[in-house]
Amino acid sequence: MKFLEKNKEIVYVDYNATAPIRPEAKSAMMDVLGNPGNPSSVHSMGRQAKNVIERARSQISEFIGARQENVIFTSGGTEADILALKGSSCLSILISSIEHDAVLEAVPEARRIMVSQSGVLDSEHLKVLLKEAPKPALISVMWANNETGVIQPIEDVTNLASDFDALVHVDAVQALGKLPINFLNSGIDMLSISAHKIGGPTGVGALIIRDDLNLKPIIVGGGQERGRRSGTENLAGIAGFGAAAEACSKQEDANKKIVHLRDYFEKTILAKAPSAKIIAHKEKRLSNTSAVFMPGLNAETQVMAFDLAGVAVSAGAACSSGKVTQSHVLKAMNLPDELINNTIRISFGWQNSEEDVNRLIEVWLKIYQGSN
Amino acid sequence: MEKKIDLGLPGANWENRVVVAMSGGVDSSVTAALVAEAGYEVVGITLQLYDHGSAIQRKGACCAGADIHDARLVAEKIGIPHYVLDYESKFKESVMEDFADSYARGETPIPCIRCNQTVKFRDLLQTAKQLGAKALCTGHYVQRAMGKSGLELRKGVDQKKDQSYFLFATTSDQLEYLRFPLGGLTKDETRRHANRIGLNVADKPDSQDICFVPNGKYADVVSRLRPDAIEPGEIVDMDGAVIGKHDGIVNFTVGQRKGLGIGGRSSLVEPGATDPLYVVAVNPEERRVVVGPHSALGRNLLKVSEINWLGDNPISSSGEKLMIKLRSTQKPISGTLFSDGSDNGKVVLDELEFGVAIGQAAVFYSRDDSARVLGGGWMTETSLH
Repeated sequence: MKFLEKNKEIVYVDYNATAPIRPEAKSAMMDVLGNPGNPSSVHSMGRQAKNVIERARSQISEFIGARQENVIFTSGGTEADILALKGSSCLSILISSIEHDAVLEAVPEARRIMVSQSGVLDSEHLKVLLKEAPKPALISVMWANNETGVIQPIEDVTNLASDFDALVHVDAVQALGKLPINFLNSGIDMLSISAHKIGGPTGVGALIIRDDLNLKPIIVGGGQERGRRSGTENLAGIAGFGAAAEACSKQEDANKKIVHLRDYFEKTILAKAPSAKIIAHKEKRLSNTSAVFMPGLNAETQVMAFDLAGVAVSAGAACSSGKVTQSHVLKAMNLPDELINNTIRISFGWQNSEEDVNRLIEVWLKIYQGSN
Repeated sequence: MEKKIDLGLPGANWENRVVVAMSGGVDSSVTAALVAEAGYEVVGITLQLYDHGSAIQRKGACCAGADIHDARLVAEKIGIPHYVLDYESKFKESVMEDFADSYARGETPIPCIRCNQTVKFRDLLQTAKQLGAKALCTGHYVQRAMGKSGLELRKGVDQKKDQSYFLFATTSDQLEYLRFPLGGLTKDETRRHANRIGLNVADKPDSQDICFVPNGKYADVVSRLRPDAIEPGEIVDMDGAVIGKHDGIVNFTVGQRKGLGIGGRSSLVEPGATDPLYVVAVNPEERRVVVGPHSALGRNLLKVSEINWLGDNPISSSGEKLMIKLRSTQKPISGTLFSDGSDNGKVVLDELEFGVAIGQAAVFYSRDDSARVLGGGWMTETSLH
């Protein structure tokens, strides 16, 4: 599948930033947009709107092994993270040092759990911090990292949490759709997810909450979402989220295809450019993510060069100005500066074809040869 | 139909990728538009040089200022890709630290020249090359022209806007790669182009201040980076007698008359008369500002460092007769440059010059061809020959 920008064909390999919208999601949204309806209204249009939301809630809960009442719709992953971190009244918060900015900025006072050089949470360090932390403590660790794709030892975290009576929040924004998630069996208390990473629209997400959890709402008002998150629901967005989740759940072998493309890309690059490196190559990673080091060219210049060649990739975390800053994730992994500065993220997805990957490889090698 | 810009690159225009440095102002915006109109493959790059939010000291303000936003809108309007590069640390290291150090040494720096010399013509130029661009264009009012013996740097056609003083440090290698499409235009023509193309920045006023000091209070910036430079001290006369106090040497520039906090003083020469007082020297070690009469400002020997020479032949050992500007707004004066072959040298002025501040640039122009820039250097010492 090709995207066009000013009649230029774009190879889109930046799915961790956002995925193209799925036709199922788009059509569910269009249906909803045609009708008026506030889900809180008593009349038939209101009831119809309410049904749209409950249908989406059911699609999402099924997708992640939760009950419908666990799902609290939010404006996205960031709000879900903030609700989890600011809403729980824990005396101490422990977060990994590779969390998304949504978490880092929400609780700057939180203690940071170290990660290894390959970007995996140091469970021993978490244990040490838990021993010192005033109780009750809240641990927030992402399921999989957005930049490296490295999957975190969530089971270790929940086990330690139960030893120390701590709560667990997991940012599963990148894991959703790429890893099997069963919320009820996971021992996780709160889980953040977002629609647009799985082919739903931007501006909608959810915090999945254990039934009996005491959580103070951040957005108050009309008492929607069982009082946990007020404000008239983003009806079309929620409908699109539900449809994307269902479409995603039906494509079980999509990830097999994606991991094949990703591995083919990495193998080819490493064979032709021996000084290139894949960050956390040997770790368990998401099927679609590749953090690639190219010697001799810094990440922001690489991103521009790829863009000018019609390939959409990204580097580090982009500020809303578009300026690229040094990756705090690679920094937290204690990698040498050269690796931090010259690594970009390539993330594949459901619409990528072998042709896309061949074009990506061609462009990657051209840029590499131009600067080495 | 006006003549389209020609950058003098081999091959068809569309085959040539060029980078335009876009500040968000009218000059660089028109530059990008004219180069795009001429059919080149234009890539617009805006440098994020400092955190705008913290520079204007407003909490929550975006790190990118309105200028970056303007540059993006212009790029969108003329249909070119546009990128913002984070040069904050490069800018701090190469320009802001130097600016503060220079003030702390009692000098009067020109950060805009340092910026052209480092982040623009060294770092951005390298990025442009890495992107496969054949040239880097800026919106400066200077000209790059092929002379008898090679490339020359020349004043902009618009005498009022000429920016050659600020580009003296451009090396021959850099000049090779650079293009200044506005060098042959007047500012009025530039604004007319902006209106013709319908750029949102057409009526934007020219920037007056140093960009990272938006409110003109450069002492605040210096005090943040070099707190010592704002320690109070004494104002003394030429004999060393204390005649007042000051709140930091950063506030004083050689030649300055206003803002001393003391009036003129009785003339020692002519009893009954009053001489106005000028800053004659700034002494950072003792945090002293020395004041004296206008006559005490006269200088005709300047030590110059980091000389960039753009003449056709090496600097003559018997001295190079030149025209020289010691301030951007000054009319060129005549003098002779001597150099031992290193990048240090001295300039002997034909006549006394009053109010020459250390840290400013001495920029050289040809005597026979007044528009031609022959380079320049930084003044490190001034005295009487």
